[in-house]
Amino acid sequence: MTATFRLESPADAATPDATRAPIRPRRRGQRAARRGEARAGLAMASPAIVLLLTFLIVPVLLGFALSFTNARLISPEPLRFVGLDNFVRAFTVDPTFFRSALNTFAFAAVVVPVQAGFGLFLALMVNQKIRGVTAFRVIFFIPVVTSIVVVSILWKFMYQPDGLVNSFIDSVTFGAWQGTAWLNNPSTALFAIIVLSVWQAVGFHMLIWLSGLQTIPEELYEAARIDGAGTWRQFRDVTWPCLRPTRIFVLITITIAALGLFVQIDVMTQGGPIDSTSTLVYHAVLTGYRQQQIGYGSALSLVFFVIVLVIALIQRHLTRDKD
Amino acid sequence: MAATPRVRGTRSEASEQRRRRRVWSYLVLVGLAVFFLFPLVFMFVSSLKPDGQILSDISGWRAFLPVGDVGLDNYGAVFDRVPVGRFLLNSLLVTVAIVGLGLVVNSMAGFALSRLRWRGRGLVLGVVIATLIVPFETIAVPLVYWVAHLPTLLFQDGALVYDIGWLNSYKVQIIPFVANAFSIFLFSQYFSTIPTSLDEAARIDGAGWFTIYRRIVVPLSGPAFATVAILTFLPAWNQYLWPTMVVQDEKLRPVMVGMQYFFQDNPAWGEIMAYTSMITLPVLVVFLAFQRAFVSSVAASGVKG
Repeated sequence: MTATFRLESPADAATPDATRAPIRPRRRGQRAARRGEARAGLAMASPAIVLLLTFLIVPVLLGFALSFTNARLISPEPLRFVGLDNFVRAFTVDPTFFRSALNTFAFAAVVVPVQAGFGLFLALMVNQKIRGVTAFRVIFFIPVVTSIVVVSILWKFMYQPDGLVNSFIDSVTFGAWQGTAWLNNPSTALFAIIVLSVWQAVGFHMLIWLSGLQTIPEELYEAARIDGAGTWRQFRDVTWPCLRPTRIFVLITITIAALGLFVQIDVMTQGGPIDSTSTLVYHAVLTGYRQQQIGYGSALSLVFFVIVLVIALIQRHLTRDKD
Repeated sequence: MAATPRVRGTRSEASEQRRRRRVWSYLVLVGLAVFFLFPLVFMFVSSLKPDGQILSDISGWRAFLPVGDVGLDNYGAVFDRVPVGRFLLNSLLVTVAIVGLGLVVNSMAGFALSRLRWRGRGLVLGVVIATLIVPFETIAVPLVYWVAHLPTLLFQDGALVYDIGWLNSYKVQIIPFVANAFSIFLFSQYFSTIPTSLDEAARIDGAGWFTIYRRIVVPLSGPAFATVAILTFLPAWNQYLWPTMVVQDEKLRPVMVGMQYFFQDNPAWGEIMAYTSMITLPVLVVFLAFQRAFVSSVAASGVKG
């Protein structure tokens, strides 16, 4: 409290002065008020500035610097500059890194369109003017508030060879099609993780789409109907063009989230079987933290960061061009 | 249905069509609801059953019904195996601290950035917006190295002791997550919609900037505070990657990390389902109680994109 009063005092002193004698030149009072404002602004922003500097900016720069060193978390060796060794190692002698990059892109390539499309479908369903529709919004959103750790464990249980998923497949196909050990099979593990990832997160994007849908004025639909447009034409000529800003937001947020795939891997497969589910972030955390090679892990994180940045910029560029 | 008079012609045909469409809508909605709910129903129901029965029930409807040898045995076993109470308390403490401190720190920054003129404001605003796209995963590894070398003051044997390293503490789970670029952004967006004439009037009455923030802007910004609280509450409660890296001390672990006690070669699924049910229920209750606020928060997070 005292600190605040000290902050205010120059500005406070200026105000009554200026009101009492309006004829006198107000410059001095104004300057004092300006100074007070500047000081208050810096003071009120400073806790956030200090914290962001310490825990975001410094780690980003530190990660950049450590990428060129042999840093380890606990190390008998002194910190040493190793040039591009870490990057050379990643791109030449670390097949898991290459496989992880491939898996990450495959995951994003499927999840981005599927989750965006499914989310839009859900949004259209719950945007209808029918009774009880809010209850469905809440239900579709429930997986989003469930922790991804819990969701991963739960689905791991359901994916067991004698688990719920296989028993379901068995009963709907009357035993004609046998399931597999989804997570232990290199050709199905990533697909299995995609399914639960979409299941968990799609409700979030449903709401984003929904808020976009609700900004579209009803008159546009009325005009379209008068022109004889059916449901599909209304969607194509009214809904879709009006959703442009929402589309960009959804696209970029899903992409960044999908590229950061980590928890599902850590809980369900630990990157296996035979690297078929390892991802960039998982690999960076595994080497950088669990194997204590901070320098190498930082280099992998930096590569990941550059990839995210480039993709985000490309998306921005592509979506901006159509203006 | 046969009684519908044909005479009404096109009008009844149109309403008939609308009715049929509504029925289809409900069928699809119910199907989707089943898709989104069945895993969670399965989790809660299984948490009440012994392992043998979970497996024998799995091939039919019984998997989703609390029938047979139902009881709270799994929950008792969980309490015997891990300090659940302690984990829940740790998570609660960390979450409340992150959300509470975050509301104060980020709203003050949002206020300074949206309503005050000061040197460096443009730079800070630019940096805040630029950091929006830094995924936490990319700084996790260097951040561990960084916090392991930060100085810390400990209160030991009645004296303050200087030490190095933040690992294994509450503060390492809280302080890095207090300032949040996205929260600052949301606050400053919201604050800039409040007319500045209110500030001017208050200044003429002799109010300082902090008073204006606390007495005028904060009381008018309930929805912004609710949005930020909700959007920071979930990730704080769900923290997993970070605490697995920086907290080895069992007494300080949050709920999600406590999960690791159950990862074994021969998992006791009934107990696991009981544990996951226990750590999911509090969030679910909060969500259902404040669902309207949740929905509008998420919508608000997307508006400005």
